[in-house]
Amino acid sequence: MSDYLVSIEHERLSFFTPAGEVKALNDVTFHIKEGEVLGIVGESGSGKSVTAYSLMGLTAHPGKLLGGTLDFNGHRINDMTEKEMRKIRGKEVSIIFQDPMTSLNPVYTIGNQIREVLKLHTDKSKAEIQARAVELLELVGINEPQKRLKQYPHELSGGMRQRIMIAIALACEPKLLIADEPTTALDVTIQAQILELMMELKDKLGMAIMMITHDLGVVASMCDHIAVMYAGNIVEYGTTDDIFYRPKHEYTKGLIRSIPRMDSKEHERLVPIEGTPVDMLNPPKGCPFASRCDKCMKICLREKAPVMHFSDVHYSSCWMNQKAELEGGNK
Amino acid sequence: MAKYIAKRLGMAVVTIWLVATLTFFLMNLVPGGPFLSEKAVSPKALEALEAKYGLDKPLHEQYITYMKDALHGDFGDSLKQRGRTVSSIITSKFPVSAKIGGLAVLVAFFVGVPLGCVSALHRGKVTDNIIIVIATCGIAVPSFVICTLLMYTLGVKLGWLPTLGLGTWKHYIMPIIALAFYPTAYITRLMRSSMLDVLGQDYMRTSKAKGLSQFVCLFKHALRNAILPVVTYLGPLLAYTVSGSFIVEKIFSIPGLGREFISSITNRDYTVIMGTTIFLATLMVLMNVVVDIVYKLVDPRIKLK
Amino acid sequence: MKENPLNMQLDLDDFLPASDEEKENLVVMRDSVSFWKDGMRRLRKNKIAMVSLAVIVLIMICAFIVPSFYPYTYEEQIKGSENLAPMTYSAAELERKEAGEHVFPHILGTDKMGRDYAIRVMMGSRVSLIVGLVAAVIILVVGSVFGSIAAFCGGWVDILMMRVVDIIYTIPDVLLIVLLSFALKDPLERLSTVPGFGWIQILGRNLISIFIVFALLYWGGMARMVRSQILMLKESEYVTAARALGASAGRIIKKHLLTNCIGTLIVTTTLQIPSSIFTESFLSFLGLGVAVPMPSLGSLASDAINGLNTYPYLLFIPALLISLIILSFNLLGDGLRDAFDPKMKN
Repeated sequence: MSDYLVSIEHERLSFFTPAGEVKALNDVTFHIKEGEVLGIVGESGSGKSVTAYSLMGLTAHPGKLLGGTLDFNGHRINDMTEKEMRKIRGKEVSIIFQDPMTSLNPVYTIGNQIREVLKLHTDKSKAEIQARAVELLELVGINEPQKRLKQYPHELSGGMRQRIMIAIALACEPKLLIADEPTTALDVTIQAQILELMMELKDKLGMAIMMITHDLGVVASMCDHIAVMYAGNIVEYGTTDDIFYRPKHEYTKGLIRSIPRMDSKEHERLVPIEGTPVDMLNPPKGCPFASRCDKCMKICLREKAPVMHFSDVHYSSCWMNQKAELEGGNK
Repeated sequence: MAKYIAKRLGMAVVTIWLVATLTFFLMNLVPGGPFLSEKAVSPKALEALEAKYGLDKPLHEQYITYMKDALHGDFGDSLKQRGRTVSSIITSKFPVSAKIGGLAVLVAFFVGVPLGCVSALHRGKVTDNIIIVIATCGIAVPSFVICTLLMYTLGVKLGWLPTLGLGTWKHYIMPIIALAFYPTAYITRLMRSSMLDVLGQDYMRTSKAKGLSQFVCLFKHALRNAILPVVTYLGPLLAYTVSGSFIVEKIFSIPGLGREFISSITNRDYTVIMGTTIFLATLMVLMNVVVDIVYKLVDPRIKLK
Repeated sequence: MKENPLNMQLDLDDFLPASDEEKENLVVMRDSVSFWKDGMRRLRKNKIAMVSLAVIVLIMICAFIVPSFYPYTYEEQIKGSENLAPMTYSAAELERKEAGEHVFPHILGTDKMGRDYAIRVMMGSRVSLIVGLVAAVIILVVGSVFGSIAAFCGGWVDILMMRVVDIIYTIPDVLLIVLLSFALKDPLERLSTVPGFGWIQILGRNLISIFIVFALLYWGGMARMVRSQILMLKESEYVTAARALGASAGRIIKKHLLTNCIGTLIVTTTLQIPSSIFTESFLSFLGLGVAVPMPSLGSLASDAINGLNTYPYLLFIPALLISLIILSFNLLGDGLRDAFDPKMKN
């Protein structure tokens, strides 16, 4: 276990809303090694962000961790007090959020918000902190850093602000950077720049990245491993190649069919995944994807599929795999 | 910045002028003059009085004369209080009201803001519910009820505090509580809802993710954003409160501007009404300018045009 | 990779494709509910708002229905029954009781002129409620018309109209009320002799000038709110989308602007009622409210102040009632806001 930077085992987490218990995470297990990039893919509400926040101890109010263990860099997150968590946040693990327009406090200067985290986690002098802040802005590719430090967030563009967010996140050289849909709110051209910057910084600083996205295109280019989440479950996990070339879950296959490809033949249409996501207040007792799956079988409606391993790292839970196995065995 | 202030002040002057004009003509359109109610005034004496105060001239002439004098800071003599100028009435009464009103606003601010914050942070818990109940009741109780209740309990029944006039510091306690009651409750509610709003913002999540303590998150990141609506409310509140509350001054027999204004209205003391109205309007408009400038200092996003 | 022994015992039938009906059963669609239904459901669930509503209804029954069959009237002065404590009788009334006559008790006692206080308080609530409701309607109409005209015209019309609102804010309201009540004295008295306008006499010119002042002064807040709401909606993407799809101006106003504004309008109007009652009680307290002998809660409280030391209940009852009415309307307004205006929640 100790060779993993992050190790989440059987995490279960629910939000206790007035309408009832929303089972946001159902037995989520995955690991991240140092310097590795893990992509977590899934649609809205599948539990991607909830997983990330729980790792930082930032689960929002009615949410409650019900079971499982979360380990990070030698810390057992479950047992840590809020005070201990604060020492890790921003120092060993940092996060950048989806919307850079609202993630920076509008009433303080950029410099103030960068220096704040340095002041908190390091014992550098004032001059050193200022120098580090300038250095960080240069690192994330912002010109005229001295001037920018004195500016307010609303004076900068979205792409710039996301760079600032990255600078804040990387200020203390964390072991793990969680990127929660870091490019969703940005223009396409800016998206590519930000992703490139993140990869470049990863190589430079050697941190691990947990990349949360609903865009398979983003993870394809930069992740070592991919976890596909659906309705609070990891339905498939594997290397990027496994997921793209040997998908074993019908949902993953559906996702891949729905992305445009450069080498597609003319007139070939993209295939969307029909239907709506499951109601997390009343999750079905069988496979959560069953109602939207073309290959849905009787058993899918009744029971959850067991996890099946295809290689050391590639596993999936889909009854189709069992079916294939069974048919193979019968032959 | 200087240009903005100049522009705002220019607009303020126009507003004050419009209010003064409106009041002047409204007042004079109403049938019956200031000396009618006084009994046993012979027609001759009335004429003499009206001539003395220039009330016999055509309305537009009166208006022009008044405005000219007002520009020089001369609001004329009181029609009812012989030998006193309007300016001297205002300068003697206003400080009394301003002192009590200013203290009340301070109390309201320094009680309301922390209460609102505490309430928002304990959302849904017992503390929150208690504070909401008190604050909601607070905005439901009219000030004369508060005044009389205070007077009855603290003044009459318990005899702890003097009930009438202004002598010692003890005399100030009840009027200040009575004046501060409603704004405190209002600020508490305002602060609570704006704090809840701010706590749900993305940048609060960022500040938590940085590892900042709850104290820093709250006092550095949340408070400055959440206090903006309170700042907006504070301007008119201050203008209203320092200009004197009729009710509080009447019940506690405080010689303030509020009581003076009401009695000038019921006595139809035209010059005092005019002078006080212009003074209050000026106060109001200036307060709004001040609020806008303070707002700019607290929130850098606001551009002063 | 046979790590799952389970799959050996599985029935082949389970792996037959599931039919569409079977899949349908899985999809639990929550009923989509309309804006009103959803709002009403939320409102009914809100206990505080429902209790407030019950209190308001109860007070309204006492104020509007009970006085019509109450054995005393608000102006009737019973000789010898002055300043009675609650539930007590005067000597004369005790004699009548001795004689076997049924004498209705003075539940809240009587005032210094021998008038039954309970009925006066009920009538006072009636006046306060009428003022609150009428004023709220006046403000709603004037404010929303003014605000929407400003928002739709835009440009210099908008700027000018909003300046007017600013100026109106600055004029002292007490001054206007007094001036108006003087100014309206003659015309209203003349009007009250015209058949069909007798009610003016009963209400008193002060109350009518209060209404007029409400119509003149207090709609500023409502106008600002309506204006900003419409400006915001005008800019919003779905209105642009509706316009792009070729919807007519009438349809956009009806379908989008009105349905989106109505929640806010209801809430603001409900919250306007207590603030109007507040103002009326304040003016009555100053002696600028309804005409004697008609009581309002404010004037009852004002009258009771002089006897505070001996008859404190004469003050406490109207004071308590006025606070209760304002509190109930405030809480109901908060409940309505939570139910119908989710944007303004918290």
